Amino acid sequence: MMGRRLLGGYAILAYIFLYAPIAVVVVFAFNGGRDVLYWQGFSTKWFEEALKTPEITNALKLSILIALGNALVACVLGTMLALALPRMRPWVRTPIDALAYMTLVTPEIVFAIAALVFFVQAGSRLGIESPLGWHTILIAHVVFNASVVALVVRARFVSMGQQLEEASFDLGAGPLSTFRQVTLPRLAPAILAGGLLAFTFSFDDFITSFFVTGIESETLPIYIWGQLRFGVTPAINATAAMMLAFTLVTVVIAYLVLRRSGQERESATLPGV
Amino acid sequence: MADTKAEATEHRRGETRAGAGGPRYPGWLATPAVAWYLVFFLAPLAFIAVTSFGEVVGFSDVSYTWTLDNYRYLWDDFFGDFHLYRDIFLETFKLSVIGTLSTLVIGFPLAYYIARYAKHKTLLLLLVIVPFWTSFLIRAYAWLIILDPEFPVFRALGMSGFVESHELLFTPKAVYIGVAYNYLPLMVLPLYAALERIDWSLVEAAQDLGDPPWRAFRRITLPLALPGVLVGSLLVFIPLMGEYIIPVILGGNKTFYAGNLIAQQFLESRDWPLGSALAMVVIGALTIALLVYARVLGRQEQQG
Repeated sequence: MMGRRLLGGYAILAYIFLYAPIAVVVVFAFNGGRDVLYWQGFSTKWFEEALKTPEITNALKLSILIALGNALVACVLGTMLALALPRMRPWVRTPIDALAYMTLVTPEIVFAIAALVFFVQAGSRLGIESPLGWHTILIAHVVFNASVVALVVRARFVSMGQQLEEASFDLGAGPLSTFRQVTLPRLAPAILAGGLLAFTFSFDDFITSFFVTGIESETLPIYIWGQLRFGVTPAINATAAMMLAFTLVTVVIAYLVLRRSGQERESATLPGV
Repeated sequence: MADTKAEATEHRRGETRAGAGGPRYPGWLATPAVAWYLVFFLAPLAFIAVTSFGEVVGFSDVSYTWTLDNYRYLWDDFFGDFHLYRDIFLETFKLSVIGTLSTLVIGFPLAYYIARYAKHKTLLLLLVIVPFWTSFLIRAYAWLIILDPEFPVFRALGMSGFVESHELLFTPKAVYIGVAYNYLPLMVLPLYAALERIDWSLVEAAQDLGDPPWRAFRRITLPLALPGVLVGSLLVFIPLMGEYIIPVILGGNKTFYAGNLIAQQFLESRDWPLGSALAMVVIGALTIALLVYARVLGRQEQQG
């Protein structure tokens, strides 16, 4: 059929559109020249350069630490929420659901400035000298990442059915041992996938981090943002390429973990929110 | 009627009414997450609501005086002769509408192809999702390289002059391109989710019975895809009303939207109360948009 071929050709173009910009950043990171737009032969020297720049390595370390801490806290909060929600009475569940979705859809700039005002005002009321720093970034990131984890874990928890949990409770096990012996083994892949996604969400976040950070805490996206004022350089491309690689690997692992564990097709897709 | 429907949905999702099933995980497990949301999400939003009624004292301190001055100032601007802020909000609305429509136009055929014809659906869908999970910032700045007249591909094609004469970079055009690019995955996902559920034999039956393809599309595919269109539009439209990164990177000094306006009050002008009031206007505009959307959705459900 003609329509089908036409659409197939269009799909190829659409995928080129989706990936060309990412490819451009990566390819030009290997440009030996100083000027981004004039190709002067293949070289990895900008990667070496980037890894020798203390600002970049420090920012990378901070980004990873925040993303890790964020993923851990988000996993605990998100999983607990996901376990509690499905069987709640609708009048309790609906507002909590709404709240969780709100954290994902509110324009980020609004949340970022709200968090900034909140941390500064609460800090001055509590007598904290300089309340902003890595910890405020972490706290703010957990807000939307707990929702991300809850979304992933809950989809799996609901689709796998809860007869085993009911049996466990019936036989007298408490929530903790039921969780350890019955739920966790089956839910671990979803929790891990949610955690990995929360990690990349935090690792890549710019707006929230930018507004709630102190003077000394610079994450990698904040560093890149600052450098872009001077235009794109091969060193920035190299830094960005490393960030992309890092995120891509994490997302693909998350996907594989989810796919291997989920018999149901629906749980094999990542949530888009 | 609505009740049975809600119940059916709950059962389909494996969720039963409280008390109907057996023993379960206790509800208090939700407490830590809900507490986190209340303290670090709702309370901050309440803080800016209160701050929007304050005024600046000194360099950047806020005095909570319960004044309406910020809103009066914005009101005078919106409905007065000066209308600087009004124009920015109108431009933002335009950006959100055009951004939503362009991702819809670009994304629909792609989602349609994956849902109806593609062999490796999951893989192709994953390929749409992956860019979404990579850095928004990097995906935006990639266009700094591509839209430059000196971009090697343009040079190789001898198009540098052509691109230069069209002035893409650091204009609203570049912002629109960046928006269509960065938000495309958010549109494709819900579109695919809706299209994937369609029973294509219905479309074939309609065509066998004499409907030309376009009419079968309009009468069958489109109504069934509509929920996906509505969800996708929301997912793109809402964050676009506060878009901050793309205009700064690709728009140069010539473009300014609501998100940039809010950020400016916090980064440069140090006028937190006005910035908070502007954020409240964005929240208000979005609430109105959501209410309109809910009504459209309700009407559609009544018809279906």
